[in-house]
Amino acid sequence: MPVFIINRLFQAFGVILVMSVLVFVGLYLIGDPTSMLVSPEATEIERQALRKALGLDQSIWVQYLTFLGNAAQGDFGRSFLTGQPALQLIIERMPATVELVIVAMTFSVLVGVPLGILAGLRPKAPSSKAIMTGSILGFSLPNFWIGLMLIMLFAVYLGVLPASARGETVNVGPVALSILTIDGWQHLALPALTLGLAKAALMIRVTRAATREVLPMDYIKFARAKGLRPSRILNVHLLKNILIPIITVAGLEFGQAIAFAVVTESVFSWPGMGKLLIDSIITLDRPVVVAYLIMMVFFLVILNLVVDILYMAIDPSAREKVRD
Amino acid sequence: MDVSSMQATATARQEPLLSIKGLKTHFATRAGVVKAVDGVDIELGRGEILGLVGESGSGKSITGFSILGLIDPPGRIVDGSIDYDGLDLVSMDEEARRQLRGNDIAMIFQDPSMTLNPVLRIDTQLIETVQAHAEISAAEARQRARDTLVQVGIPSPDERLKAYPYELSGGMRQRIAIAIALINKPKLIIADEPTTALDVSIQGQIIYEVKQLCRKTGTALIWITHDLAVVAGLADRISVMYAGRIVETGTSADVIERPLHPYTQGLINSVPSHATRGHRLHQIKGMTPSLLNLPQGCAFRERCERATPECLVAPEPTLLPGGRSARCWNPAL
Repeated sequence: MPVFIINRLFQAFGVILVMSVLVFVGLYLIGDPTSMLVSPEATEIERQALRKALGLDQSIWVQYLTFLGNAAQGDFGRSFLTGQPALQLIIERMPATVELVIVAMTFSVLVGVPLGILAGLRPKAPSSKAIMTGSILGFSLPNFWIGLMLIMLFAVYLGVLPASARGETVNVGPVALSILTIDGWQHLALPALTLGLAKAALMIRVTRAATREVLPMDYIKFARAKGLRPSRILNVHLLKNILIPIITVAGLEFGQAIAFAVVTESVFSWPGMGKLLIDSIITLDRPVVVAYLIMMVFFLVILNLVVDILYMAIDPSAREKVRD
Repeated sequence: MDVSSMQATATARQEPLLSIKGLKTHFATRAGVVKAVDGVDIELGRGEILGLVGESGSGKSITGFSILGLIDPPGRIVDGSIDYDGLDLVSMDEEARRQLRGNDIAMIFQDPSMTLNPVLRIDTQLIETVQAHAEISAAEARQRARDTLVQVGIPSPDERLKAYPYELSGGMRQRIAIAIALINKPKLIIADEPTTALDVSIQGQIIYEVKQLCRKTGTALIWITHDLAVVAGLADRISVMYAGRIVETGTSADVIERPLHPYTQGLINSVPSHATRGHRLHQIKGMTPSLLNLPQGCAFRERCERATPECLVAPEPTLLPGGRSARCWNPAL
């Protein structure tokens, strides 16, 4: 088990290294950030001075190695724009995103899994067909459109929920949380619903497929032959077996949402990391973009590790494979 | 035949535990109605062992599942009655049927690698079987689980209880499945080819042990198999199925030594033995007919060497001397 975790971490560092080179070269090719930072009337001398101050006068490889050296000591550079440490900028924004995604994912699992099981148990029933049609809509409609429609309905016509920004927060240690206030929930509702609907649609399809696959298994028929109550067959024999694909997809989707909740955050001006990433790309604020992507790679690796550990909790034969 | 089984056969005549009459289980498919079971009669006494023999697709498994009420759509029992100990299993409501399943009537499946739930521990799968039918504490149920494992000959039962199915061999898993079937002391066990997926050496052991257990506990057994040799030494009586119908029933000795129905004869002649060494094995000519498109009259007619014009009308089961019956116009008397 420890060997398994260490292997994973090594892989993570490999991926981070490759990714950082790509981002560096990519952003270098896009253009010179100084043009964004100085006023249009600035002289060439002023520009040169700024380039020198930011270290942009060096060749890209020197810049990269300097960055790598600093990063190894935990310094990911400062934002070109604000001069704040890049890491700090990201971490400040993190609770907003994580909170949004957790609420959205919880919603999608609580809605998607039961509906998926229902649709899987009786695939020909009209209710199941309605669920499946709904799920097709859920993940084919674009995210921003759903967001805008929800704003129209709840914020504009009904006027019951706010359309943008984060609500009142409460500090828990260094972390500002909005799920502890009513105002916070009101602000959270629409963006979480927007993000969660598509995920719920996906959970429905995954759960239904898994249910359809497990139901004809001999062990389900044997469980019936044992005279078990239908509730036990459903909640233990079926559910435990369909959890594996559900956790896989939920884990992937969770990571995906944390790293790229960009669209939803933009539509609702949600002050999360996605919004920060978009702003930083527009201003070519390389240190923030690189630091953000490195953190995300690291986060996704950890998340996959957690998913693997969950597998082991559910599937006893997966435990055996790791032990060997 | 030993004394105990003669007694069992004797009581069977008086008051059957299970009495199936004219059972028809059909499957409505897009291609037409598949008459998987089409008029099956079975009578089984308390403690009696019946071998239900037939090739794949003859409807023997569907007969077993029909008894337990485990026929899934598009399958449906369309006609006939199943009387178990005075209860009508066909018209019974699902909850009452659930209470019988695993408690009064248990079943053992064919493939032990598929019947145990892969993500549940052995103890869970045994204990839940007890608790589904009796208000009993987990500790008590666990003790019962352990006792049953000992009964079916599983070494170091405490360790096995904590194991997951993938940690056990095929033979061991089938013993667990048998333990699950036995744990509530049922009056009837339906065993659907339980040794087909096992090694020959394990097969023999399991057959021997199941027979001993049934005799000791007075449990009736329907052993479904395609292999006549398997039931020869096990069953009191044998019923041979062909294309959804029972074509011949009699004591094991009678059916094997003096088969009446041409199909049974064909089956017995195609079993290799010392007498046939070096000769080409006998083969029943033709192919099993599709259940969607059975020939008119006797379903075996087109493959039968003794077929006569009478066979265009389906024969009814006829009682023949020695308490035997056969569905044939020209039985080999």
